[in-house]
Formats: sequence, structure tokens, C-alpha cells
Amino acid sequence: MKNMIVFKELDANGLDYLALLGWLLVFIVAGLGSSWYMEHNGHIVTGMTNQIVWGMPHVFAVFMIIAASGALNIASISSVFQRKMYKPLARISAILAIALLAGGLMVLVLDLGRPDRLIVAMTKYNFKSIFAWNIYLYSGFFVVVLVYLWMMMERRMNRYARAAGIFAFVWRLALTTGTGSIFGFLVARQAYDPAIMAPMFITMSFSFGLAIFILLLLFTYKATNRPLGDRILFMLKNLLGVFAAAVLYFIVVRHLSNLYATHRHGVEAFILLNGGVYTALFWIGAVLMGCVLPIALLFHPATGKSCSAIMLSCWLVILGGLAQIYVIIIGGQAYPLDIFPGYQVSSSFFDGVVHPYAPSLPEILLGLSGMATAVFIVAIAMRYLPILPMSLSDAAVDPSHDKSK
Amino acid sequence: MTTQDQKEGQDQKEGISRRRLLSTAGAGMATIALASGVTLISRAQATPRVRGVGVPASSKIRWGFLVNTNSDPSDWDTCVAACKKENGWANTGHPNTDPQWIRKVSLKDKRTGAATSLPMMCQHCEFPPCVDVCPTGASMRRADGIVLVDRHRCIGCRYCMMACPYGARSFVHHDLHNQRPSMPRGKGTVESCTLCVHRIDTGKNPACVDALQAKGSKAIIFGDLNDPNSEISREVARYLTTRIRDDLALEPGVLYRGL
Repeated sequence: MKNMIVFKELDANGLDYLALLGWLLVFIVAGLGSSWYMEHNGHIVTGMTNQIVWGMPHVFAVFMIIAASGALNIASISSVFQRKMYKPLARISAILAIALLAGGLMVLVLDLGRPDRLIVAMTKYNFKSIFAWNIYLYSGFFVVVLVYLWMMMERRMNRYARAAGIFAFVWRLALTTGTGSIFGFLVARQAYDPAIMAPMFITMSFSFGLAIFILLLLFTYKATNRPLGDRILFMLKNLLGVFAAAVLYFIVVRHLSNLYATHRHGVEAFILLNGGVYTALFWIGAVLMGCVLPIALLFHPATGKSCSAIMLSCWLVILGGLAQIYVIIIGGQAYPLDIFPGYQVSSSFFDGVVHPYAPSLPEILLGLSGMATAVFIVAIAMRYLPILPMSLSDAAVDPSHDKSK
Repeated sequence: MTTQDQKEGQDQKEGISRRRLLSTAGAGMATIALASGVTLISRAQATPRVRGVGVPASSKIRWGFLVNTNSDPSDWDTCVAACKKENGWANTGHPNTDPQWIRKVSLKDKRTGAATSLPMMCQHCEFPPCVDVCPTGASMRRADGIVLVDRHRCIGCRYCMMACPYGARSFVHHDLHNQRPSMPRGKGTVESCTLCVHRIDTGKNPACVDALQAKGSKAIIFGDLNDPNSEISREVARYLTTRIRDDLALEPGVLYRGL
């Protein structure tokens, strides 16, 4: 019983905790206000147009939705793959997954043209639409993960935790496949429709979700003065490095296979060479910040053991990830539809030209409010539920370390 | 009818009696009268130009357009103006967000320099991607081939706009004024050419077609592609036509001649 992990609610009645909640509420209210402003005036007050129909809210929403499934990975590693060192992190991993999905969906729903018709989306289904499937996958994710969490937290149900964990793992793979397939099924557009979108999104989810998870651990354990040992931190950072490399691999494969097809040369040139902000975001954001720099920082002997370098790597993965989603969603729409291959096209509806897009403040605030909502849910859960181990010191998390004593 | 005429001709050549000729001719006339009556009834059943209230649209009909791209380019401006007037959409000074149900597209062949223009609107596909991706079923294809958006069911997710290969759909970005009673629209929902479904169901042509006919142009022929005797079917059988993005095999109901 000596090395048994003790979970305990945060003893957070101080001003710092309340100030954090206060700031998060400010962002949440700002996002809700933005949504009201957008719905009241119509989407004309956003940067979105009839050509760029999905804007900044979708970037945040898709990022959070795929990060949510990635955040659950830590729990999956402990339950599905029986890695005991990850077990203390499983509860917070599940909570973060739920919180991120809730934040992402909030943004997605509040950006609808008619969010008041959410009940229509919940009751009328077209099962040929991957969106309709996603409604089931997303709402099912909440149920599946909550049940999984219950199995983990209720001693009498512990024996079912592994089965629930395996089910949740499969569900999360399906969820990210569904999210990636939103773009995988669009035959109309040059930038989309390859089947590689689904596995690429799964890999991205591993990377983004873990980066957020590590940041959450570092921040929480520092703020609460609970011990966080190097063993678990280095294990997580190594995993993040591998995931970032896997994302880079998928980026390379996707663009190489696109370059093989002559009819995709135009859109590839746009993203890789002459797309202005999209090209910059691709190379500097998605590739350099999202993959290359974190890999270098995490695996370099000097920086790999530095807490601040690990933290920086996590931020880089998050910002690079947002850039990557931005390039996929916005860049893919900015490149004009190829309705008449071989023809130079023009019209009053901006056929044949690259479509401009500048995100408006309400869109950005709405996106940030989704992030704030996720953190708010986690902060409240930590305060009222025993999900965070009292200690993640090397001795606490590693049984072999304990035996050697 | 043609067979009957031929039969009569053959009989005359064979030099049959006057009485036999008269009786044959009488029977022939009766057959012709009956046959034309039957034909009229069957055509009326195949293409009921006026659809009764509560009567579902029939899959025996496939409404379509044949666009002659060799027509006067000003014809497409006529179409756009007629559509705006009929359905109540307009330019409000925000070109990026103003809806366009039909637009004039100018084309220039990059290799040869040859230029033309054409009207682009919802292509009313047999297999519409917008209908496939719509999560709620608001995007729908009527049995007679008209692709529509149920404004009461549309949640404004815009996935259909991502999926349409023709850029034919618009999202209503702002408040609406001066709506037409026959074509209610909704802020926050998606819309596109309805083929003037409200006119078709009352036996009229779409507004763009009538506007062209009023100026003596036959740049767009409207009709039932399933009816081999319709003008559109006869023209489609006579001239080579193009379906735009035919590589996607969506079977659009709008065909272009001269592309």
C-alpha cells in the first residue's frame, strides 16, 4: 500500500484560484457576447464570406475536438496498454478530454448560422453525412469517457476499467477519423478529399492533446506545490517528440502524394510556394513550430531535460497545430474551386481568384472562449473531484523505484 | 401514326377496292384519334405541368436546363436580373457576402485564347454532394430532380457550401428585407437556385427562361429530360452537350451546349 497513489481535490480557496476562474469567465463571457453579436447582425460582421465559409471558429473548434481525443491517450496507455506509470494520470486525462471536446463543440455550435436549431441537429439525421455521424461520435464520447472515468474512480467498478478504457480508445479513434473525414469526403475541392486526412488527424490528435496535457500538469503541479518527478515528465516529453515526428511524417506523405498528381500541382504550389500567409503558416507554423523545433528541443540532450524547454515545446506544438489547422481549413478554401479546368475564369462571385480572409475579433474571441471553457471545466473538476494525484514524484509513480529502496 | 400512314400507302399501291379502302381508312382514322388521345393522356401523366396541392413530385419527370453558350453574353445578365426580381436577392454593396443564385461566368481557354461566357447556378445534380453532406437532411433532392434547401431545417453549418463543386450556394449573412411571398428566405441559412420551383409547380417556366423568351432568346431551354418528345430532350439528342465537372459523375440537370 506504500506506493499507492492518493488522489485529492485541489485545496484551492485562495485568491489565485478565484482569479484564474475570473479571468476564464471573462473570456467565456466575451465569447458568448461575440456569438450573440454574430447571430444578431448575421455573419456579415465576421471575416467569413460566401467563399471562405468556415473561418477562425472552425480552426479553434477542430483543433480542440481533435486535441480532446488526443488528451484521452494517457488514460488509454494506462488501461489499454497496461502501462502502470500512466495510471495516476488517467483520471485527469479523461477530464481534459471531456473539457476540450465541450469547448470545441461550444465554438462549433455557436458559429452555426442558426444555433437555436441545435435541437434539429439532434433529432433529424442524414446518415450519409459524416457530420451526422460526428454528432453521435461527439455526444457518445462524453458518455463513454464519463463511464470510463466512473469505472476508474469507483473502487467497486475498477475491474471494468480496462474494458471501458479499450472501448473509449476505439471510440476516440472513430471520433478523430470522423473529424478528419469531414475534409476527406469533399470531392469538390482541390485541397481536400485524400483518405490520408483521417489517419493524419489521429496523429495530430496525439500530438496536440499531449502537448496540452503536459502543460496542464506542469502548470497545476507548480501552482499547487505538488511534487512532479522527472521520470513521468521525461516519459511524456519523449512521447510528445515521437508524436510530433509522426505528424511531420504525415505532412510529408500527404504533400508528396499530392505532388504526384498533376491536377493537384496548383493547390500544392499555393500552399508550399506562393500562397502568402498560408505558405508562411505552413512552413513556419505547421512544420517548424509544430514539428521540427519541438522534436529538436525535446530530444536534444541539453534542452530535453529542461522543464522550460519542455514547456516551450508544448506551446510550439499547440501554436504549430493551430497553424496547421488554419492552413488546412482556411487555405483549402482560399484556393479557388477548379470548376473549369484549363480555363481562365472570372465572375462577380470571385471565381478563379484566391479568396481573401481576415479573421474578425468576434471570431477570435469565440475561439478563445472555447479554450477558456475547457480550462474552466478542468479547474472546477480538479477542485471538486479527486482526479489529481497528491504526488507524481519518481517514487510515487514508479513501482520499481520504490522496490529498489 | 407513322405506321398507319405507311400501311395506307402500301394498300393504295396494291390497288385494293374502294370499299376496302374506305373501311381501312375509317379504322385508321379511329386509331389515329384514339392513339392521339392516349398519347395526350400519357403525356399529361408524364409531365403534369401543374402539380396539385399535396401531390408529391414525380420521379417520372427530370427537370433540366439546356444552356446554349453560343448565345449573346447579355442574355446571362438578363437571367441574373430576372432571378433577382423573382426571388428577391440583391446586391447590397458587400460583394463577398451578398448571395448570388445565378451568376455570369466568363471563360477564356488558356491554350487557345478562345473566350465565352455562361450562366452558373445550382446544377440540380442527380447525385448532389450538398445533399450527401447535409447533417440534418435540409439539403434535399426532389423526386423530379430539383435540389432545394429546407429553410426550416437548415442549421447554417455551411458544409453543403464546402461540398458543392460549382460554388452555387450562398449563405445569408445579413438581415433580409422585401422578401417575395413566393420565395421565403432566412438569415443564417444557405440558399441557391430553386429552378423557380414555385413557378414550375404552377405550370410556368423559371423566371430566367421567361425573361429570355420575352426578349426573343432561346439561350436556355427548360423542360423534362425524361420526356423524349420535349424540346430539351430533342435538342440534347441532336447536339453534343457538356455537363460541368462531369468527371465527378454527379449527373447535373443543367447541360451546356457549345462548351
